[in-house]
Amino acid sequence: MSVIAADRKQASEQKRASDQKLTRAVAGSDRRFAVIAHGLLILWSVIVILPMLWVLVSSFKTTKEILSSPFALPDHWQFDNYTRAWSDASIGKYFLNSVIVVVCALVLVMLLGAMCAYILARFQFPGRRLIYYVMLAGLTFPVFLAIVPLFFQLQNFGLLNTRPGLILTYVAFALPFTMFFLYAFFRSLPHDVYEAALIDGAGDWRAFFQVMLPMARPGMAAVAIFNFLGLWNQFLLPVALNTDQNKWVLTQGMAAYASSQAYGIDYGALFAAIVVTVVPVLIVYIIFQRRIAGSVSQGTFR
Amino acid sequence: MKDKTTTSDTASSRPTPAARGGRPRRRKLTFDRVTFFLAFLGLPLAIFVVFVLYPFGQAIFWAMTNWRGFSPNYDFVGLDNFTKMFQDDVFLKALRNVALLAAFVPLVTLTLALGVAVAITLGGPSKGPVRGIKGASFYRIVSFFPYVVPAIIVGLIWAQMYDPNAGLVNGILTSLGLDHFKEFAWLGEQATAMPALMFVIVWGLVGFYAVLFIAAIKGVPAELYEAARIDGAGRFRMTISVTLPAIRDSVQTAYVYLGIAALDAFVYVQAMLPNGGPNNSTLTISQRLFNIAFAKQQFGLATAMGVVLAVVTLVFAALVFAINRLTGGGESEGGKKARGSKARRAGAMGGAQ
Repeated sequence: MSVIAADRKQASEQKRASDQKLTRAVAGSDRRFAVIAHGLLILWSVIVILPMLWVLVSSFKTTKEILSSPFALPDHWQFDNYTRAWSDASIGKYFLNSVIVVVCALVLVMLLGAMCAYILARFQFPGRRLIYYVMLAGLTFPVFLAIVPLFFQLQNFGLLNTRPGLILTYVAFALPFTMFFLYAFFRSLPHDVYEAALIDGAGDWRAFFQVMLPMARPGMAAVAIFNFLGLWNQFLLPVALNTDQNKWVLTQGMAAYASSQAYGIDYGALFAAIVVTVVPVLIVYIIFQRRIAGSVSQGTFR
Repeated sequence: MKDKTTTSDTASSRPTPAARGGRPRRRKLTFDRVTFFLAFLGLPLAIFVVFVLYPFGQAIFWAMTNWRGFSPNYDFVGLDNFTKMFQDDVFLKALRNVALLAAFVPLVTLTLALGVAVAITLGGPSKGPVRGIKGASFYRIVSFFPYVVPAIIVGLIWAQMYDPNAGLVNGILTSLGLDHFKEFAWLGEQATAMPALMFVIVWGLVGFYAVLFIAAIKGVPAELYEAARIDGAGRFRMTISVTLPAIRDSVQTAYVYLGIAALDAFVYVQAMLPNGGPNNSTLTISQRLFNIAFAKQQFGLATAMGVVLAVVTLVFAALVFAINRLTGGGESEGGKKARGSKARRAGAMGGAQ
């Protein structure tokens, strides 16, 4: 007993001694590395934060102040920049349009993507692999190749310049990513619970909605976050397929507002409009950022 | 988070349900089952075929016509659009610009993203196991910021930053005593427009890839780092000899998708240089295509440009894979690994673009 204890003690002492030696050997280079790392990260953080901070401060200045002194704080904080941006740039309306289109598309694509992934992942039938690979290919085509035919496709259906048309297009282009991500997820779910549900008399429909879908919730949340970011930032599809100004989404409204600014420059209102557009998304991001980091590691490097 | 990762780990190696002798048994095609299949597979597939596959297929046909869109008449002109395109100096310039973007943007973005990721994950104290730098989560949150901002807004912000008179860039430079930059138009000079544009794209994308690489580096077994350390390797050496080889495939995937993003670049150029920049020095194929299609109504020619863009994209991807293979990387371990890398590919898309 005591022999073993002594042995153990000796071993741990040896380990500590060797650890110390190693630490001394690399400590110098480690410290240098840490200094360089901190320097790099601080520099990058400044490059990221500074423009945003500048936009925020400028949004409270008059155009004259912005032109004469880009650094200075405003003399009087101009809150009416925001009211002007809200009314002139119709930010409120476009914001609402964006919310409607993105929320509808998100709900639809999550549902359809989950259904499709579920079938492909858990049922054997002829053509299964073909469908899977065709959708995979859809992930890599440049959207630009399809944009012109898509324009006429929507026109034929009478869906051009309508919200349902835009929503369906969003769904179609987000579907491969969603399906692909959830496919891996559904494959990993245990069979026992599903079997139990069938024995209890649940049909395919109930088994999916009451058993499988709730189990896939973590995967769904991760995909939903990425789909939200992607759809919210979407620019090309609305610009090409949604030209009715009353139905513009935020991104295209902002682009139009900025280019109209080229003629009668109201910098203050432009900066205010940018702030109004960015802040809600930043807040959502800060709340969910842990989830995003988690989902990146979970979904992409398995 | 943790147990989820492990369960999905086993997923790829698990035999298919049929192989295990369990589900799915052949069951009768009841009404319930038929509607289930129709709704669950038919509906998503129909949307996908109608709005994605069919337009792509049509594009290839229309690229060989002189269709102008609003009249029902068109002639089949074979490869005329393509010869016309390659005699068009403006298009050739756009092609050159896009090649420049695809060459530099991924290189710079990934170097920076790797730098940030390594600094965050390996920069920590030297006692104990190798771990992250102090304030890692702050740096991670901040560096991801620009990716959350819509790309069009990123472009607008930087268009203001670069403004010759009121922009912050010139403000900082002149306050440093560089009076040469007092009214320097970054986006208006042929020499600086393209680099300025590239910088903005990089600024917008680094954070996402940094977070991606942080995740990849965290997946590298800790024993590898311990072993390297016992051999007396410093942090820099560890990065080169342990981290980089371990996350090589992730880098390749990221490279391909960054290249695709750079080849397009539509949002950024539309926000900052809607007219193609000084002397068309930043004109991209996508911008030209959009103009030819929706302003000039030459839809046949425009879709032909789309085909060229798609081919350039494919060539770029093939080049990246070939270079990676030639320099000793690549997928030699067969099916399992291929599946993993495909999942990664989907992830690198970062959502519904």
